[in-house]
Formats: sequence, structure tokens, C-alpha cells
Amino acid sequence: MRKIHVNTIIKKIKNMCIKGNYNLGVDVIESFKKAKEKEESPIGKDILDKLLLNAKIAKENEVPICQDTGMAVFFIEIGQEVYIEGGTLTDAINEGVRQGYKEGYLRKSVVKDPLFRENTNDNTPAIIHYDLVEGDKLKIYFAPKGFGSENMSALKMLKPSDGINGVKEFVLDVVEKAGPNPCPPIVVGVGIGGTMEKAAILAKKALLRDIGTFNKKEHIKNLETELLEEINKLGVGPQGLGGRTTALAVNIETYPTHIAGLPVAVNINCHASRHLMVEL
Amino acid sequence: MKNIEITTPLTESIVEKLNAGDKVYITGTIYTARDAAHKKMIETLHNGEELPFDIKDSIIYYVGPCPPKPGQIIGSCGPTTSYRMDDLTPPLLELGLRGMIGKGKRNQKVIDSMIKNKAVYFAAIGGAGALISDCVKSSEVIAYEELGTEAVRKLCVEKLPVIVVIDSKGNNLYDIENKKYKIK
Ligand code: SF4
Repeated sequence: MRKIHVNTIIKKIKNMCIKGNYNLGVDVIESFKKAKEKEESPIGKDILDKLLLNAKIAKENEVPICQDTGMAVFFIEIGQEVYIEGGTLTDAINEGVRQGYKEGYLRKSVVKDPLFRENTNDNTPAIIHYDLVEGDKLKIYFAPKGFGSENMSALKMLKPSDGINGVKEFVLDVVEKAGPNPCPPIVVGVGIGGTMEKAAILAKKALLRDIGTFNKKEHIKNLETELLEEINKLGVGPQGLGGRTTALAVNIETYPTHIAGLPVAVNINCHASRHLMVEL
Repeated sequence: MKNIEITTPLTESIVEKLNAGDKVYITGTIYTARDAAHKKMIETLHNGEELPFDIKDSIIYYVGPCPPKPGQIIGSCGPTTSYRMDDLTPPLLELGLRGMIGKGKRNQKVIDSMIKNKAVYFAAIGGAGALISDCVKSSEVIAYEELGTEAVRKLCVEKLPVIVVIDSKGNNLYDIENKKYKIK
């Protein structure tokens, strides 16, 4: 058994919250630059320039890239041989979020009850997905999720006979309907298979992958490439003001499913595609 | 596409000259209000009470800023998605609200009311919160402080960069530009 004290985890989570909201990943910045070269729309080009400038200002002044510093989403891979000392892992993560969002001057965007809607004022609780794995390491993935893009996400239970074309049609439809709302250029996370909730979690998990990485399965990699191409023909463009750069990436994750079903979830992420990982 | 500098209050004669696609730099006073503040303002009107600011010829910015760091005027403050305010917008337009800053589409009811009341809808760059905060020269909470980031703030801005996406004639830049780049 390897012991990890909650205080170590709290500190790490706090720093991840702050760092993750101030710094746009290299993968996103590089993809902006690439997109700019290909962008035909003058408005679109100008917007991509401004987004690069915004990322630079955020990093230099140590301020959030976007005011929607999101709901704090975590994917945790915990080794079976890890023993958490001093409290529960869930409490430690929430305490880290509480401290990070306060000390980083990040926006508190969480309401306690979805219908009464009073703000919890510390951005907790976080959304946490746990995975029990082999070994004695604790891997923490953090992805603050803004709701401009979250609100444009969708899930559909397709029929097996809908097949790959049905999947494509649905993804394209979700992206086109979203239009300017999720702050394009977007990253499209797709979960195919499993059950209803599994597909949704896969779609979210797909957003943890760096832009420019592909699914290891050849046919899924091809689907990612084809979908990206087709999405960028929609003409939505940066901020929905027209152009070639509607999406920066399509990331797909899959899982076995039932003989009767083909669940597909599309989780849209904005250009403020924030995600980072630390291993303890 | 023209570059135009305007100063608040946003009068009807200024709005009439703005066309979808114009790049506009706003200087002067604007007010922040998003979901919860809109709900409260509409309740206020239902109760026959006064809105927290003079709405005639005003501009509302749909934003919930980050808290300022020590020494900062305001935290990052990019626009939020506007459609969530759609149902609550026509009553404000009827009272003279002249401009809105947000991002994303509006429904037909809002557009019709904008044409009728001669108002304009601007988009600021969504997700460029750090960049936009540099244009804010002062910020003061004037109502609904309990709403935190959603409180109504009076902002003084200097050359806040926005784009006219729906003008007072109902021209819609999203539709116009999308069509140009869509490959069938
Ligand atoms: S959709 Fe993303 S970039 Fe746009 S405002 Fe929300 S968090 Fe920020």
C-alpha cells in the first residue's frame, strides 16, 4: 500500500484549478495558429488573432482565459494499491476546488439546487469520475467546463441500423445547431456505445485528449478525420461569424454496447479547451 | 465592414447608422445583466417598481465577470450566450433598451422587437475575457449584490470592441457569413 495524504491532494488540486484556468494548452495554441493559416474569412482570421492575444494576456497577467471558469470536472484514476490518508478523496478534491477558485480569483459558477439556484459561492461540488486501476499511482485529470458549450451538447439513442452514417448525421446536426453559441472554434467530444450514461461520460472523457491526437482504433481515427472535415464545411467559423475553422478537433471514444442499441453522445467544448493532468 | 467609434448613450440616430458587420468600439457607460438579473428585473417590472438603472438608450452586456484580483478593476469578462435572455428581452426593448452585447443567436421574437424598437445586438468575442477586461475602466455593483457574479454592474468602458451581428433592420451577420462559407 502506498499512502497519499489528503493535504498533498488538496494542494495539487488547488494549483491545477488555477493553472488550468490561466493557461491555454500548447495543443490549443498551436491549433489556432494552424487554423489561422487556412482560414479564408477575414473576420475569422481576426478572431483567431484575438484569441491568441487573449491567451497571451491571460498567461502573462495570470488571469483566467475566460470568465466562465467552469464547473470543475475531474477524471480520477486511482491505483488499487493507493491508500488515502487523513480523509476521503472526494472531500479532498472539493477542498482543493474551494481553495483554488478562491485564491485564483476564479468565478464561482455553481448553484446548490438546480431549481432554487442559490450560488454555493465556492464553486463546489466538483463533478468527479473515478476509475479503479492497477498500481500505486493516483492520476488526476482536470477539465473546467464552461456551460456555453456544455449547453449545446446532446445525446441520442440511435438504432443499430443507423450505423456510421447515423452517427455522422447526428454529430453534424448538433454542431450546426450549436452555431455561434459554444464559442467556436470548438472541440467535439463524441462517445459511442455503452449505455446512455456511459456514452455521455465517454464524450466528456474524449475532451481530455490533446488536439491532434487520435483514437488508436483505425476505423475510429478515420471517423474522427472525416467528421472534422465535414464539420469544417458547415461554414460556422470562428465565433459563428463564418469561415473554415468551426472545429479544431473531433475526439471519439467508444465502448461495447447492447445488441439493441447505438448510443451516441456529443459533448461540445469551446476553444477555451482547458485540460491538464498530474500524477501523484 | 466599417470601423465605427461610438459613445453612450446609444441613441436611435446612432443605431440607425449601424449595419450588420460593422466593427464598433464602445466608450461610455454600459450595464451588466445575465440570467438571474434578467429574471429579477422582469419581476421588478411586474411589481410596478423601477429598474435599477435608466434603461432608455442604454446598453446591457450579458456577462458574469470573474472577481478582480487585487489591483484589478474587474476580472476576465467575456460575453455569455444570449439566447437564455431571449424570453426576458422584449419587455426591456419596449422600455427603450437600445443595445445588447452577448454572443450567439437570438430568437425571432427578439429580432422583431429590435426592429420595432430600433435596437442593435452586438457580439463580443466569446472566451476572450482577459482581453476584454482591459477595456473596463471602472466597475460598480448597483443592484442585486447577493447574486455575486450575476449582480448588475455599471461599467465604464473605453473602446470596447464588438461587432454588429443583428442591426435595427434585422440583418443578421451570422446568417450572411455562414452562407458564404458553407460547402454543400
Ligand atoms: S463557451 Fe467556453 S469560451 Fe465561451 S464563454 Fe463559455 S467557457 Fe468561455
